[in-house]
Amino acid sequence: MFELLGITPQALYSQLLIGLINGSFYAVLSLGLAIIFGLLNIINFSHGAQYMMGAFVAWIGLTQVPQWLGNPDFVINYWAALVLVPLIVGAFGVFIERTMLRRLYKLDHLYGLLLTFGIALIIEGLFRDWYGVSGQQYEIPEVFQGAINLGFMFLPKYRAWVVVAALTVCFVSWYVIERTKLGSYLRAGTENPRLTQAFGVNVPLMITLTYGYGVALAAFAGVLAAPIFTVSPKMGADLIIVVFAVVVIGGMGSILGAIVTGIALGLIEGLTRVFYPEASAVVIFVIMAIVLLVRPAGLFGRER
Amino acid sequence: MNGGHMYWGFAALIGFGLLAPVAGIYPTFLMKCWCFALFACAFNLLLGYTGLLSFGHAAFLSVAAYVAGHTIRNLGFGPEWGILAGTLSAGVLGYVFGSLAIRRAGIYFAMITLALAQMLYFVWLQMKFTGGEDGLQGVPRGMLFGLIDLSDNTNLYYLVFAIFLAGFFLIHRVIHSPFGQVLQAIRENEPRAISLGYDVDRYKLVVFVLSAALSGLAGATKTLVFQLASLTDAHWHMSGEVVLMTLLGGLGTVFGPVVGAFVIIGLQNQLADKVGSWVQVIMGIIFVICVLVFRRGIVGELGRLLKRPL
Repeated sequence: MFELLGITPQALYSQLLIGLINGSFYAVLSLGLAIIFGLLNIINFSHGAQYMMGAFVAWIGLTQVPQWLGNPDFVINYWAALVLVPLIVGAFGVFIERTMLRRLYKLDHLYGLLLTFGIALIIEGLFRDWYGVSGQQYEIPEVFQGAINLGFMFLPKYRAWVVVAALTVCFVSWYVIERTKLGSYLRAGTENPRLTQAFGVNVPLMITLTYGYGVALAAFAGVLAAPIFTVSPKMGADLIIVVFAVVVIGGMGSILGAIVTGIALGLIEGLTRVFYPEASAVVIFVIMAIVLLVRPAGLFGRER
Repeated sequence: MNGGHMYWGFAALIGFGLLAPVAGIYPTFLMKCWCFALFACAFNLLLGYTGLLSFGHAAFLSVAAYVAGHTIRNLGFGPEWGILAGTLSAGVLGYVFGSLAIRRAGIYFAMITLALAQMLYFVWLQMKFTGGEDGLQGVPRGMLFGLIDLSDNTNLYYLVFAIFLAGFFLIHRVIHSPFGQVLQAIRENEPRAISLGYDVDRYKLVVFVLSAALSGLAGATKTLVFQLASLTDAHWHMSGEVVLMTLLGGLGTVFGPVVGAFVIIGLQNQLADKVGSWVQVIMGIIFVICVLVFRRGIVGELGRLLKRPL
C-alpha cells in the first residue's frame, strides 16, 4: 500500500514519531493553559515566552554558569535542570501574578491577555538582546544518545524519553487535579471561588500557586525541548499560537481533553507532513475552523 | 455627545494633516503614520466600540497589501483600482474570519482571530506571488485616475491623508449612527442587547467586516507608499502593535487611535537606530504600563481632564 502512494514506511513512522513529540509538547502546554484558565479566567499569552525561558535557563545552566563561576566542574546538568528550571521560572510566574496579574482580576478578562502579551514581548526582546536570534545548541545527555532498533525503525532514545516524560507529567497533573483532596479544592475554586473561600480555603494563595504551576509546566516543556529544537528567543511565540488553536479545538473544560487533543493534533500534523507537506503548517488551523463550524464549544468544552 | 469641542478636534486634525509636510516633517514618515492611524481607528471600531478583541488584524492589513501590490504590479491596475481591490479582498476575508470567530466570545475570540491570522501568514509564506521572505517588491505608484502622478511624494501624501480622513469620518459616522449605538449596547451588556431583540451576531459580523475592510484600505494604501508588501504586515507582532496603538491612545475614543499610532510609529522611528532590539522590550513595557495603570490612554485621560468625551 505504501509503495502505491509513493511513501516509504520509514518516512511514515519517522513523521509519526515527530508528530507524537510535537503532540506531547502541545499537550503539556495546553494543559498549563487550561489549568491557568480554569482558575484565573485569563489566557496566559506569555506561556510561549515562559517555555522559551525554560529552554534558555537550562542552556545557561549547562554552558554559561560554569564560565561565570570560572569552574568548569560546576555544571547544572540536564537532570538538575529538569527540576530546578521549572522552579526558577515558576517563581518568576508567581512574581508576575503577585505584582501585576492580581490587580486585573476585577476587570475585563481581556486585560489579563493584554498584560501577558506585553510580558511576552519583554521576555522575548530581552533574550533576543542578550543571546541573539540565531539560536543555541543544547547537547543531548549522555544516557540518551544513540537510538534503539525497533525492527521497523530506529527510535532515538532521547525522543522516546521526551514522550514518556511529557505523558507522565500530564498524567500526574491530571491525577492530582481530578483524584486528590488538593485537586478538589482547585476544582471547587474553578467552579465558585467565593463559596470556596467562604469554606476557609485560601483562594488567593491557590490562584498564585496555580499560575506558578502552569508556568512551571511551560518551563518543564522548555527543558525537554532544549536538546531537540534549537534554543532561540523565537521558539515560544510560533509554538504558542498553534497551542492556542489546540486549546480552541479541545475546549478548556477538561484536563484530559487538553492532553488527548494535544497528542492527537500532533499526530495529525505528522501525517499531513507525509501525505501533503504543503499543508502541514496550516492543518491545525484548518481543523480549528472546521471544529468551530461543527461544534463551537470545542470537542471537550462546554459553553460558559 | 457630538459637542462643539469635537469640531475643534477635527479642525486641529485636518489643519495638522494639511500643514505637517509643509512644516518640514518627513512625508514618508507622515504617510506611514496616517496608514497606521487608519488601521488603528478601524481596529478601535471593533475593540473600543463593540468590545471584540481581535488579535489577528494583521491578516486584513496583509491581504489588502498583497492584493493591491499584485494587481497594480502584475495585472496593471491603476492605483485607485488596486486600492479598491485590496479593500474588497480584506472585506471578504473579514467575512470569512468573522463568521468563524463570532461563534465564540471573549478570550476565545481573541485566540481564534490570532490563529486564523497565523494560518494566513503560513499561506503567504508558501504562495508564489507574495515573494515569500523577500516580499512583493517594486510596486509602481502609477497615476491616480490616469491624471495625477503619485511618484511625487507631495501628491501621494495628500492622497494618503484624504484616504485617512475618508476612513476616519466614515468610522465617526458609523459610531454615531443608530447602528453604532447598538454596537455600544453590545459592548456594555450583550445579554441585554439580545433580550431587546437585536440580532447580536449579525451586528458583530457587519462591524467585523467593516473593520476588516478599513484595515485593508490602510494596508493597500501602505503598499502604495512603500511600494512593498511583505510578511511583516502579516506577522502577529503587527496584530499586537495595532492593539498597543489603540490602547495607548485611548480605547473607545475618536482621536485616541490616531494619537497612539503617531506616538508608537514615532517612537519606533526614533529608537530603531539607537537601541536596536530593545524596541520590542520598550513596546512590551508600554503595553504593561498601559494595562496596569493607564487604561484610559492618552486621549481618554485628556477627555477626563476636560470632562468631555474625545
